[in-house]
Amino acid sequence: MAAPSDAPSSGREQRILEIIETTRAKRPKLKDERVTMAHGAGGKATQTLIEGLFVPAFDPAGAGLAELGDAGVVTVEGSPIAITTDSFVVSPIRFPGGSIGELAVNGTVNDLAVAGARPTAISVALILEEGLQFDVLRREVEAIAEAAAAAGVEIVSGDTKVVERGHADQLYITTTGVGVVDRRASLSPAAIRAGDQVLVSGPIGEHGTAIMLARDEFQLDADIESDTQPLWAAADALLGAAGDDLRCMRDATRGGVATVLNELARASGVAIVAREGDVPVGPAVAGAAELLGIDPMYVANEGRLVAFVAPEAADTALRALRAVPGSEEGALVGEVRSEPQGMVLVETAFGGTRVMDLLAGDPLPRIC
Amino acid sequence: MMRFVDEFRDPELGRALAGEILERVDPGRRYKLMEVCGGHTHSIYKYGIDDVLPENVELVHGPGCPVCVIPMGRVDDGIAIARNEEVIFTCFGDMMRVPGSEQSFADAKAEGADIRMVYSPLDALRIATSNPDRTVVFFAIGFETTAPSTALTLQRAKAERVENFLCVCNHVTIVPPLRALLESPDLRLDGFIGPGHVSTVVGARPFEFIPARYGKPLVTCGFEPLDVLQGIRMILAQIEEGRCEVENQYSRVVPYDGNPAALAVMAEVFELRPHFEWRGLGFISQSALKLSDAYADFDAEQRYETPGVRVADPKACQCGEVLKGVIKPWECKVFGTACTPEHAIGTCMVSPEGACAAYYNYGRYRREREVV
Repeated sequence: MAAPSDAPSSGREQRILEIIETTRAKRPKLKDERVTMAHGAGGKATQTLIEGLFVPAFDPAGAGLAELGDAGVVTVEGSPIAITTDSFVVSPIRFPGGSIGELAVNGTVNDLAVAGARPTAISVALILEEGLQFDVLRREVEAIAEAAAAAGVEIVSGDTKVVERGHADQLYITTTGVGVVDRRASLSPAAIRAGDQVLVSGPIGEHGTAIMLARDEFQLDADIESDTQPLWAAADALLGAAGDDLRCMRDATRGGVATVLNELARASGVAIVAREGDVPVGPAVAGAAELLGIDPMYVANEGRLVAFVAPEAADTALRALRAVPGSEEGALVGEVRSEPQGMVLVETAFGGTRVMDLLAGDPLPRIC
Repeated sequence: MMRFVDEFRDPELGRALAGEILERVDPGRRYKLMEVCGGHTHSIYKYGIDDVLPENVELVHGPGCPVCVIPMGRVDDGIAIARNEEVIFTCFGDMMRVPGSEQSFADAKAEGADIRMVYSPLDALRIATSNPDRTVVFFAIGFETTAPSTALTLQRAKAERVENFLCVCNHVTIVPPLRALLESPDLRLDGFIGPGHVSTVVGARPFEFIPARYGKPLVTCGFEPLDVLQGIRMILAQIEEGRCEVENQYSRVVPYDGNPAALAVMAEVFELRPHFEWRGLGFISQSALKLSDAYADFDAEQRYETPGVRVADPKACQCGEVLKGVIKPWECKVFGTACTPEHAIGTCMVSPEGACAAYYNYGRYRREREVV
């Protein structure tokens, strides 16, 4: 820095940077008076809600909830069992490439799969709005059954509630899943280290874009289908190819790949550098994102995972992944570095670098 | 479509341009260029353009982010209108989180106000025609870029006799804040990357006063990364060659005299306000638009009582100085303590692309890079 005006104050600049650092490292305080849509969007507000309210209440001793994985693991008679739960409130309930019923199964089995657990069984709880047509309900029940069969899980329990008209939007679904953690899996954000390669399992942003266009708020037509699909086969292939060298996996749902990378960079205390030009994005999604001014990296996926693999196993893992139907377009998109800790950088296709932070706002309500 | 866009994002050409820029700069001096328009800030950020520039070429974010310049009092007025039972209040998505004195639109929505995001004023008009028993209010913001679409929507509402559609007009004009910046004696800028989209409407002509009166070059510029780099090269060439004029990099879209049809629509629907408050810059005379008498029936400010209170920017806020390039974000008294991205006070912290928000989030990283 050559300008003379900068020199005397550089001590102050350093102090200010340190204040910011300290503030950011602290557990965020929940200051809002009410829940806003941003609290459900998966970005900063969601993180503040979880870390400022849920974690201190549910896990005051710090037993591991703060790791904020897609699924929790408990040991039952010596076997590690993964448990996860997820609610689905997507609007509209049917969209190109899928529907809320299919999503409700895939979303939950995928949270298990990326925890390294073969999905075994799920429960299904339905909240129905008074007046919902039985045709609509029947179609979704069939979609749930088909998706469960495709994912190889049994539906073993359920619940039904009906609320007055206007108190829900057609139907909401909550699914809870259990699976046995695979012997080959030793997955944890803590395992991620500098040099690891980052994989995504296919073109990104399709689910969120399909939902956005299905809402018809943009008068924009494009041939984009949701990517919703079960991911155990992909996870299984990666575990088989990389074993111990597979460090960590995440399901890139709400908040997209960008959010997953940010959560992991923070959780692992590493930097992640994504190469924008290597990230697979279909031309229709790229075009829609361009028109709407959104970045596909932040758009939700329902059938894409992000995996961290040791560099020596990266090529083998990629080959194995690409052999799985539905993940043929998987790609190596970035790598882990040690500094700057907790940050995600993007090498733009244009040749510059920028920081890719968590979203502060609420890009799209009710995508899953 | 992407094919045509990609041509303006070619990294090879970008590297070549960056090389030409490097050749033009005098390593012994610093260059501070202001990109006036928020759209340019976005491109610079999205493509990492400042990253390929020589270290002594610094880009200063200007006052052209339409969301950031809305003062707290206007947000309060909007919320007061939105709280009326019969009102469906509509605004662009990026307005939702802009802080008022106590709440943002997002907070008011969570409290029960019917506030909806729209992508264009026509969407708001459509909501009005499909909800005849409600009153739909559109919170219009933006420079000359978005003003014509608000004007066209109001023309249509009038032609179709839509009686339940109102507009809170916050449209602003680009020249007065630039003049205000240039008038300040402590300004340290070497040139301007002129607004592209605004210029498609107003043309390049209105910027002639900048070189003529204030001796600073201005190049109107497109928004693709190659556009911005080429614009910067053109400004640096002017400085090197001792020229000082308005040049048009974005000639594929910007006519010198602007778009007469858009200007005519605006002239019919709007008239100048005597003065308007800008967040961070204070009151600037004749810098904003209100609905003309012919469109008074659509003016939400005439239909509804609003507090209309001017909520002063906190005294310690130094956004004006940051915008002028006089101080760096961290030199502001409230930066990082009272003013953070979560609880922004000034315009530069409101938008994630504002100078202060960018520094708050990435300052450490940028600094490490400079040291390396």
